[in-house]
Amino acid sequence: MKKALFLLLPFAGLLWVPLYNRHDPTLLGFPFFYWYQLAWVPVTSVLIWMAWKSDRQS
Amino acid sequence: MNASTLPDNAAIGVFVLCFVATIVLGSTVRLWRPFLNRRKAATRHTADEEWGLGGREFGAWVTWFLVGGDFYTAYTVIAVPALVYSTGGFGFFALPYTIIVYPFIFAVMPRLWTIARDGGHATAADIVRARFGSRTLELAVALSGLIAVLPYIALQLIGIRTVIEALGFTGMLPLLIAFVSLAAYTWLGGLHAPALTAFIKDVMIYIAVLAAVIIVPIHLGGYGAMFHAAAQHLPPVPDGRIVAQGQTVPYATLALSSAFAAFLYPHTLTGILAAKSADTIRQNAVFLPVYTIVLGLIALLGLMAHAAGIVTTSSSQVVPQLFLAIFPSWFAGFCFAAIAVGALVPASVMAIGAANLIMHNILPRHGESVTGSRLAGFGVKIGALVCVVFLNAKFAIDLQLLGGVIILQTFPALIMGLLPLRLPAPALIAGWVIGSFTGLGLCWMDGLKPVHPIAFAGFSASVSTGLLGLAVNIVVTLALGSVIRLVLGASPSTLRVGPGVRR
Repeated sequence: MKKALFLLLPFAGLLWVPLYNRHDPTLLGFPFFYWYQLAWVPVTSVLIWMAWKSDRQS
Repeated sequence: MNASTLPDNAAIGVFVLCFVATIVLGSTVRLWRPFLNRRKAATRHTADEEWGLGGREFGAWVTWFLVGGDFYTAYTVIAVPALVYSTGGFGFFALPYTIIVYPFIFAVMPRLWTIARDGGHATAADIVRARFGSRTLELAVALSGLIAVLPYIALQLIGIRTVIEALGFTGMLPLLIAFVSLAAYTWLGGLHAPALTAFIKDVMIYIAVLAAVIIVPIHLGGYGAMFHAAAQHLPPVPDGRIVAQGQTVPYATLALSSAFAAFLYPHTLTGILAAKSADTIRQNAVFLPVYTIVLGLIALLGLMAHAAGIVTTSSSQVVPQLFLAIFPSWFAGFCFAAIAVGALVPASVMAIGAANLIMHNILPRHGESVTGSRLAGFGVKIGALVCVVFLNAKFAIDLQLLGGVIILQTFPALIMGLLPLRLPAPALIAGWVIGSFTGLGLCWMDGLKPVHPIAFAGFSASVSTGLLGLAVNIVVTLALGSVIRLVLGASPSTLRVGPGVRR
């Protein structure tokens, strides 16, 4: 159950475009739109790793 | 082509050196690979499995390079920035697409790999045949894969041609070079060639991209200035948004449909099935997103080109022109070689994946041989060459769009087939036919656009056409599936359960 949640989070965070479709706040010159999506890359890696771990525990 | 900057001999020299070295390394892989493997594994595999699936023994690292190498193609390096160059933030949908694909891989592919290993399957169509016991469904899946991958190979050839043209060569020569190098490389090396040269491609691409994302902002006064300068050249978007209001649904649905389609292609699936274990795939789902960071940076090249003042009508020349404008010519030559090698690796895996389909699934079976597979792979490349020569580049891109719609229709048979739904083969076949026709028909009526406008209960938006076709496909499959079950009862012949369902 927890595993499914980990794996579905990236879909929720990235496919709801109005959530991040804006210019501000910027980070290191990157508009929000760009850095938000780039930030999801490491977050997704960690989520998948956590799903993998919870898989092996059960 | 906008030949505003012409390269000199240094660029050509570096390009030739890097490109030729990779081809020689890849083609002679049989000679030098034993030196890497100290353990002299007794080959339990047939020569065909060795050529077409690398003996199903690629560990985490090789799989990482191989899948990364054939998923993030040279066409990506050329086309994603080209799309960003012409549409701005919208072209960035490649980023969410290449992120959400990994949870999907993690959830689905280890199971598919286990089924393939247990049954000795090399292709998606093999798996479907064993699972549903239907030769028709096998053919449907195999043909979908073949039709979808052919224009993809054509685009890789175009990728190699683009950089050779940017070096100042014209006429048929660039295409000829592209084709011969690809053919020799794949014929001799099999899947080991791209697997072991993929790391060369990656290192070269990483160097090129990192240099670009460091040097360009320095020229322009930081990323803020770069984004600002690029925005001046793009159509303005109101209210501080990046993607226009009406573009958000296409953005999300294109990302989703691309993510579903990505690993149904024969070449990406070949990379997955060649892994050593299911855990190798899980591990790769965790670490492959590293490539997505690079993809995001590559996409930014499209904005940097605007900021650097590159003006070209041929969008595929955006990246070559940017490299020529900002780098010393020898380094531009290096970057071009990176793109050309970046095309060679995936094109080779694609040809092998397609050859596997032809030998295993399309031809009636008569003893699988390496020579047969090699000939089939060669035939596929000839087909791709014909696509490039007799149809133009625009057509190859359109064909690739249609290929994406077609490959998506194998989703129910291959992926939903993993669920304990007990779908009967006739229902899947009907869904495949109706879904494909719906998707292709809509694409055709819209003038070959990837999205189709729909209106439903006061809600109207443009949705990815492939996804619409898939929705129709799934509805037909499920509806017909329950009808068949009601009428026939659970007849064991149509509901044959293949190996690997136990879990």
